[in-house]
Amino acid sequence: MTTPPPATEPAATPPPEAEPDGQPGSHRSFGDIIRLAIQENTVTITVLALVTATVLGGLLTAFTNSAVLTAWGHFFSAPGNAVGSAWDAAFGTYWALFEGSVFNPHTVAALFQQASFSAAIHDGFLSAVFNPLSETAVQATPLILTGLAVALPYRAGLFNIGGQSQFIGGAIMAAWLGYAYNMPFFVHVVVCCVGAFVGGAALGWLAGEIKARTGAHEVIVTIMLNYVMLYFLAYLLSSHSLMEAPGGSNAITLPITSNAHLPLLAGTHLRINAGFLIALVAALAVWWLLNRTTTGFEFRSIGANTRASRVAGMNVERNWTLVMTISGGLAGLAAASVILGTDFTLNPQSYGTYGIDAITVALLGLGRPGGVVAAGLLFGALHAGSPGMQVSTGTPVQIVQVIQALIVLLVAAPPLIRAMYRLRAARAGGVSTTMSKGWNS
Amino acid sequence: MELELRGITKRFGPLVANDGISLSVAPGQVHALLGENGAGKTTLMNVLFGLTRPDQGAIHIDGKAASFRSPKDAIAAGIGMVHQHFMLVPVFTVAENVTLGIEQAGPAGLLDRRKTRAEVRELSHRYGLDVDPDALIEDLPVGIQQRVEIVKALVRQANVLILDEPTAVLTPAETEELFRIIRQLRDGGTSIIFISHKLKEVQAIADTITVLRRGKVVGQRQPPATEDDLASLMVGRDVQLRVSKEPAEPGDVVLDVAGLTVASEHGLPVNGLSFQVRAGEILGIAGVQGNGQTELCEALMGLRPAAAGAVTLNGRDLTRASPRARLRAGVAYVPEDRREDGLVGTFSVAENLILDTYNRPPFASGVNLQLPAIRANATALIDEFDVRTGSPATPAGTLSGGNQQKVILAREVGREHKVLIASQPTRGLDVGSIEFVHRRIVEQRDHGVAVVIVSSELDEIYALADRIAVMYEGRITGFRDPDVPAAELGRLMAGGADGGHALEFGPLPEMDDSAAPDSAAPDSATTAAAPETTEAPETTEAPEGPADTDATDSQEES
Repeated sequence: MTTPPPATEPAATPPPEAEPDGQPGSHRSFGDIIRLAIQENTVTITVLALVTATVLGGLLTAFTNSAVLTAWGHFFSAPGNAVGSAWDAAFGTYWALFEGSVFNPHTVAALFQQASFSAAIHDGFLSAVFNPLSETAVQATPLILTGLAVALPYRAGLFNIGGQSQFIGGAIMAAWLGYAYNMPFFVHVVVCCVGAFVGGAALGWLAGEIKARTGAHEVIVTIMLNYVMLYFLAYLLSSHSLMEAPGGSNAITLPITSNAHLPLLAGTHLRINAGFLIALVAALAVWWLLNRTTTGFEFRSIGANTRASRVAGMNVERNWTLVMTISGGLAGLAAASVILGTDFTLNPQSYGTYGIDAITVALLGLGRPGGVVAAGLLFGALHAGSPGMQVSTGTPVQIVQVIQALIVLLVAAPPLIRAMYRLRAARAGGVSTTMSKGWNS
Repeated sequence: MELELRGITKRFGPLVANDGISLSVAPGQVHALLGENGAGKTTLMNVLFGLTRPDQGAIHIDGKAASFRSPKDAIAAGIGMVHQHFMLVPVFTVAENVTLGIEQAGPAGLLDRRKTRAEVRELSHRYGLDVDPDALIEDLPVGIQQRVEIVKALVRQANVLILDEPTAVLTPAETEELFRIIRQLRDGGTSIIFISHKLKEVQAIADTITVLRRGKVVGQRQPPATEDDLASLMVGRDVQLRVSKEPAEPGDVVLDVAGLTVASEHGLPVNGLSFQVRAGEILGIAGVQGNGQTELCEALMGLRPAAAGAVTLNGRDLTRASPRARLRAGVAYVPEDRREDGLVGTFSVAENLILDTYNRPPFASGVNLQLPAIRANATALIDEFDVRTGSPATPAGTLSGGNQQKVILAREVGREHKVLIASQPTRGLDVGSIEFVHRRIVEQRDHGVAVVIVSSELDEIYALADRIAVMYEGRITGFRDPDVPAAELGRLMAGGADGGHALEFGPLPEMDDSAAPDSAAPDSATTAAAPETTEAPETTEAPEGPADTDATDSQEES
């Protein structure tokens, strides 16, 4: 397992924060990898965790595939065939994932087979080339935003499990403002986004304020608020006098007006919309907030050492409330990107699993805004590619969830990776170790 | 048992923690290992105790090579270790702690408690340890807990006992008791390896002193060696053990604390305490740790509410002010626990240098941090305070204790301030850093800052204070001039009434005679070591005021 032949494959997924020469696909000697590991331990461990998870995922795909199992049944008569079929199954799965999330050569071929280029563009052949990337971006948008909603308070020493409640708060505001009012095009979408931010921020503020005033642990408060909001949403959607669309009993709101849709970025054939830009801007803003402002200085200081921050005159409680408010707003924006960007209605399942996925994204992104964007894109790609993978290779979509879970598991346990690759112990553990501990404070 | 280390070398990456160290410990000998922090003492002992394996070199016991894979092997070979931080279960009794790990079960699988209790009692009696086998650890004072650790080692038949900085947590009286026990053990044939960076203690207890510097043995001395000699061996250059200072020229009262009371769930850690500090003087608050000093400092900084009383700075009432308001009003604060309260370990040195000024110009305009100003500030302060750091971007947590303290000091005195409150300013620092920190504190006084030093080290109080207040159970039991004899301070520290007479409290009067029999040399050596114990005792009730603060200095030189 230490020398992974199929490991070159995952480099196909959009480059995570690995780009600075940590990428194991680029034929580095093992010694080089170790040298890098010493220089930048946390990033290297994350990359190695990704590689390991990919290899394990590949093995898993291969050995749940009935054709491969048959071939291995005849291992002693045809060992080459057995290994080859396993390789084919794993490679095929990852290739299908890649085609579904980044780039599919067939679409390019189709594009150039068209008689006229302009007609091809008009018929959507060019869009087909970029469709995988567009889908990846669409899937990544809420992941990045909710991931930021976990990463930001994490830097201030708080563990925000309340992405779900804050998402729902934002979704309710976005949907209500979206279908109940009529406003001019640009104004309406801005109002809806601001509303979603406020809706999420209110929930975040509540959790922060409870912690600041009573000292209640934010993990418990945010988890409980998740239930509160989940049932509140179900209640809102249960009655025509509240938010349920008239003339039906589907527990769904009216569709929001088209003026409140997030503008599409690349034509009507592709779903990529301004929500993705919002996510990138939000990541940049969080980076700026953390590293370039006095507020961020307080957040980071309190997160790293609450007692010393108090001694230095910082108001710890006020900062807890503030950081939770901002992160709630970010989760609210994630809701806006879903409601105003792809779903256009609100139903009791709109919140998906973003609240929990956010934690894995923040964990994989090492709690840094840039890392969160990279991790969000990676998971977005996995989500975007998995349906096509199931269709073309018969590998169940669940394998993607298994790979995701493996990544997080390995990232959360650096000693495991270090033992596997015989790396030196990290200085001071790294973000992920402390993050996976979560319950201290 | 004859223990010998031959050419022990241990590297951590590029750092050579131990560089070919050889030393031998004879049976029934107290062998002191003296060195600054980072000199490699602890690494060497970890090698000896099987916690780390040396890259080169060997351990020989009675002439035979031994190899320790784990502490278990070391214990089996008769080596016992008392760590600086005790390894005891607080809710267990002494006997239970002693048998932990070597429990002997009876026929029915039950623990044989009676046997352990008897064993503990027997050892305790033989070495005068005075430990009750049935007491709960959490009820015992630190000094006794340490003896439990010693009993633990003895029960495991240790012939060589390693004591890692054993006096760091002890009061002077407890230290004396420990020394008595060490001598008794030595006379019984146990070898003791005594690790310390305190010169005085090493002189008082050791039969042989090995000095380590940067992982190497730089010299061996016998006890009559002078402190100056040992200090310069340790540091590698001549060190001034006591900063020279001019007599104080106190100005107006700057800090006025009147009837300050702090409440906690355990009662009143600070109970109606009053003192005043004038500009240009150093008030030293002496006292055994845990008598409310921590709470006092936190209350002065607004980190704990005052239940009663008032804190006034230059006539301005700060009793209810927030920590930030106090910092702005001109209080500089060097906290007792520098890692927990003074620094953000993961922050860079530059960031730590603006930890309480980050939101004021020139470091911020509006909400924007001004990175160039922050960097310039860091470069200037690092230079001025001689902070040994790779770069301003190095995480402060990776610096040595002395350099961390320099960072805090640089930050606190780097901004405008009228009062400097420093709690245990040199705890855990090496001789070189102590000298530096002391010099800076005296410099502050000379610039007209009112300085409050809280310390449980009498040496430090004597070295710095222009006036000494002794704190006991949340009150000040008396103010004295710096020429007061240590015995008098010791009496006040143990709760003796102001102006009263020595109490029934036992070990304190032993202080003088216990230091004497150990040094083979005539009294001249001990005079240098402990001038305050031998000097004129008639000035017990000296009035307050700027008396001859140089008295102790001149004594030392004579």
